[in-house]
Amino acid sequence: MKISTLSQLYEAKANNESIYKLRETGDAVEAKPEILVGMATCGIAAGAKKTIAALEKALKENGLTDVKVNSVGCIGSCYCEPTIQVNIPGQAPVYYGYVDEMAAGEIVKSHLVNGVVFDSKLLKIGFEKADKEKRDGKRQQRIALRNCGSVDPQNIMDYIAYRGYEALGKVLEEKDPEAVLEVIKKSGLRGRGGGGYPTGYKWHATAIQPGKEKYIICNADEGDPGAFMDRSILEGDPHSVLEAMAIGGYATGANKGFIYIRAEYPLAIERLKTAMAQAEELGLLGKNIFGSGFDFDIELRLGAGAFVCGEETALIHSAEGVRGEPTKKPPFPSVAGYKGKPTTVNNVETYANVPPIILNGADWFAGIGTEKSKGTKVFALVGKVNKVGLVEVPMGTTLREIIYDIGGGITGDKNFRAVQTGGPSGGVITVENLDTPIDYDSLKEIGSMMGSGGMIVMDESDCMVNIAKFYLGFTQEESCGKCTPCRIGTKRMYEILDKITKGEGEPEDLVKLDSLGQNIKLSALCGLGQTAPNPVLSTMKYFKEEYERHVFDHKCDTGSCKGMRVYRILEDKCIGCRACVKVCPVNCISMVQKPAHRIDQTLCTKCGACFAACKYDAIVIE
Amino acid sequence: METVKVTINDIEVEVNANSTILEAAKMVDIQIPTLCYLNLEGFDIANQTASCRVCVVEVEGRPALVPSCAEIVTDGMVVRTDSPKAIAARRTNVELLLSNHPKECLTCSKNLECELQELAQRLGVMEISYEGERMLHEIDHSSLSLVKDPEKCIMCRRCETMCNEVQTCGILSAVSRGFAAHVGPAFHLNMVDTSCTFCGQCVAVCPTGALTEVNNVRSVVAALNDPTKHVVAQVAPAIRVAIGEMFDMDPGTISTGQLATSLRRLGFDGVFDTDFAADLTILEEASELVHRLENNGRLPILTSCCPAWVRFIEHQFPDLLDIPSTCKSPQMMFGAIAKTYYAKKVGLDPKDIVVVSIMPCLAKKTEAAREEMDIDHMHNVDLVLTTREFGAMLKEAGTNFAHLPVGEFDSILGESTGAAVIFGTTGGVIEAAVRTAYEWITGDELENVEFKQLRGLEGIRSATVEIGDKSLNIGIAHGLGNARKLLEEIREGKSNYHAIEIMACPGGCIGGGGQPYHHGDMEILRKRQEAIYREDAGMKVRKSHKNQEVLKLYEEFLGEPYGDRAHKLLHTHYSPKERI
Repeated sequence: MKISTLSQLYEAKANNESIYKLRETGDAVEAKPEILVGMATCGIAAGAKKTIAALEKALKENGLTDVKVNSVGCIGSCYCEPTIQVNIPGQAPVYYGYVDEMAAGEIVKSHLVNGVVFDSKLLKIGFEKADKEKRDGKRQQRIALRNCGSVDPQNIMDYIAYRGYEALGKVLEEKDPEAVLEVIKKSGLRGRGGGGYPTGYKWHATAIQPGKEKYIICNADEGDPGAFMDRSILEGDPHSVLEAMAIGGYATGANKGFIYIRAEYPLAIERLKTAMAQAEELGLLGKNIFGSGFDFDIELRLGAGAFVCGEETALIHSAEGVRGEPTKKPPFPSVAGYKGKPTTVNNVETYANVPPIILNGADWFAGIGTEKSKGTKVFALVGKVNKVGLVEVPMGTTLREIIYDIGGGITGDKNFRAVQTGGPSGGVITVENLDTPIDYDSLKEIGSMMGSGGMIVMDESDCMVNIAKFYLGFTQEESCGKCTPCRIGTKRMYEILDKITKGEGEPEDLVKLDSLGQNIKLSALCGLGQTAPNPVLSTMKYFKEEYERHVFDHKCDTGSCKGMRVYRILEDKCIGCRACVKVCPVNCISMVQKPAHRIDQTLCTKCGACFAACKYDAIVIE
Repeated sequence: METVKVTINDIEVEVNANSTILEAAKMVDIQIPTLCYLNLEGFDIANQTASCRVCVVEVEGRPALVPSCAEIVTDGMVVRTDSPKAIAARRTNVELLLSNHPKECLTCSKNLECELQELAQRLGVMEISYEGERMLHEIDHSSLSLVKDPEKCIMCRRCETMCNEVQTCGILSAVSRGFAAHVGPAFHLNMVDTSCTFCGQCVAVCPTGALTEVNNVRSVVAALNDPTKHVVAQVAPAIRVAIGEMFDMDPGTISTGQLATSLRRLGFDGVFDTDFAADLTILEEASELVHRLENNGRLPILTSCCPAWVRFIEHQFPDLLDIPSTCKSPQMMFGAIAKTYYAKKVGLDPKDIVVVSIMPCLAKKTEAAREEMDIDHMHNVDLVLTTREFGAMLKEAGTNFAHLPVGEFDSILGESTGAAVIFGTTGGVIEAAVRTAYEWITGDELENVEFKQLRGLEGIRSATVEIGDKSLNIGIAHGLGNARKLLEEIREGKSNYHAIEIMACPGGCIGGGGQPYHHGDMEILRKRQEAIYREDAGMKVRKSHKNQEVLKLYEEFLGEPYGDRAHKLLHTHYSPKERI
């Protein structure tokens, strides 16, 4: 079958309407019941494959051969995976979480056989809750993630039922690439990969270049620690990216697209391959799409896992087959990119926003968000927060809303300390900015950045010096080594931080950290290098006293910096059982005054073995 | 040419629209320090990786500093090269480089030739604020030609530009990442296990001691001090127009006479000229050309004097090994004659003769040990010194080279012609061959020996030379990237040349990897080339086949050019080598 006109697409959509209605409006009375299982990496890691097997077994045992089990992407509630959604025609969808094999059997028995919702694993019921714009209360709004968790990523008809490829069809029917550029410009969409450059203007810059050979690239080299927004989109809704790339290709004059994806995302790669094959089979990619005369092919390029290849010039070089390292800009890729030809590079989430903008109009999109940051942003909310997962909120939402209302607050009722946004290129946001509406510009103002959307929440037990050291260690290892400030400068900063966290810091180290950091920011070659000092500079700004405590008093109040810990035996509690003596690897514990033991601090390596071995709480960390 | 106006340190200047900030600054006498940047003007070779961040300047409206070596000016651009930010960044980045650099300048082979050292001095770096761990790597001593010490690598990438873009060999590239990043072969292979041609152009441009030649000076001194050894020297044509630079003589000064004297003073038992062997090479090569022309042999014939080029074709074009001339290079022909004919003449066992070559080249060191070149399982050239090593040896011996009296090379391997001396530049070998082939084919005497159409410095040149009723199509390439283009044409059957001269190094031997460092000043190469042609013009005899000593050699020992004995001693063969 080929879809070569818009009306054929509508026909295909009508034929699959029940898919949409069953899941989203409930009036698909003629449809069969189904169970959707979140089968993104997060779900699979939590055991979703076993859940599927258990569901199928239970359905068979109960003779429910009509009920289909469908795999979908991540619905965002990673904290309670595996998650499933039970859709019975004429009824509101029901979401369950923590569905292990046992729960799967129980849910089938209770809900599908007896018609009774299985309360103990219930997350929520109702069309209103099934409405992606209102899931998790009113603060989430799903545009980029609109289909994640709803459509089967391996079935193009699911996507078509959800208005898939309609935007591409319309664009190609109207045959006005400039109008597309105008819509994207007017929508105010900005790059979701970190920089926040206006997408429409980026496309425009490629479009106006002379020559016929142009390229469009999807940056799927998501590498920030703790970030998984792009992976979830590709695993849950790969077609939306393919469709958007074709739209971008048409608008900019490119007939060839590349998806540069890290090889560590095997599931996303597999789903992309399936999606590409299905789109090609229907004629939605390839030659003469929608009979418009527009040809568009997409190729996958697998990255070997270098963080720097997320930088667009490095990414292009890697895609060309040479060492993935950045080159100076200008020239920008829009002028001289892949093989020296005009090239557009956008990130996954940016693309995922494009089809809805075309379908709903620039004004609709521009009506969401803040004055200069339009639409929504997906965040991977992780760290010390109760409901870890994917969150999509309108720009301008505050951190407090994300962390406390959507994320369910800090784990263990501890106090909030800071949140890191922008990954290793960003900075920390502290309690005084919890109520700042977040967008590209406000984050920059407070010394962090939007980045690609990783959001790592830290509580009072996290040492900020140690966190800064962690991030710098990451960038130092991931530096391509091309320019001096990044290659050697970040190493020296790391060494200073290492010294400080070991309790060997000297007052002048703080001055050095600051001046080195400023120099790297000013003189490194690429964005990765220029932003590498941010975690240090921002923690130094907001947690100055903590740095000073480390440097002047050689104390880490959170106890995170192992090197500064002092293990001491409380002589009144020690009963002389010798448990600590036996485990000490350097034999630095001895009996001094019967029965109590004492630790020789000059030999202690702070390994903590004695602390763990003591059953009488006689060893304390100071 | 379109121009733009820029303001640099409050000085307004109008410059070509495609100038870099660095070039624009130079126009108003502002010298911005650089390190990784290298621009070999006139050779179309530039390294603009903008990686060292030493030349950064402040540009109004730009949040970060900008590398002036690579940033093109725009109209109305306002630049400050001397702002506190720019100066601090420059200094800090040099200090960072030094913090990761072995501070063994006093014993480093690049001492006083090191650009990092010079930069530190120029910026007045008196202390390094950010000391820390240094990267540790093994020194690669695997080859006979060059030493790679990655700990001294500052990631300027000049060698990579030469190896990949100019020579198209692809041996050197950045490896590892982060703090461990340095330049070397893929998979951390040793140089000797790669397809490296040992042209030494990486060494010629390395700003530090990360890439240097294998130093044979101590071995030569030991041989000279060994009473049981008869040590003879041969000096390549390109040495005489370059070595003076090491003794404050102007580039392009000819110092042939001082060379002979200096060698004699050092104690060499025979002071000879590779030019003698160059004439011999022409007799063999011209014979081979005539032979191929007359017998419908494989054409074009390719010159085979350049050992880097020979390695290149063996590794990169193993299917074309029937096209180079089978002639050994002049260095190796000299060695073969020294250990046979000469040994007999002076009544010595060839085992007691040590042949030392002074060469502008690193590949010659590897060539001397090629087994194909051996006669009776004996190397014919024992030790090879570069121009630089020889210069250093003279300095150590306290030779006031510039003021030495003019001497002569010894007979019987010392006579040479103008045709031989032009071997030292691109185009010279083929011009020398044409001078001889012309007379042999036509039987007429060639009046004007200068074939100007074969001269110049363009990377690929072609000319047609009329020899009697024959038109000889001649191609010339220097730089292996240019050679590759000509070879690909041959492979595709598109080449209509009869003869092609190839030299691996840009400029030919005057730009060899063993010559005194040019530090990016290409004017020096032009002056060396002019001097080569000046030396030729001043010679009484300018055709190889008129070299009386060479003719006597054939008469007394070799027999016919291209004959049996000549084949055994003066010709070689090539074998395909793996491409790594």
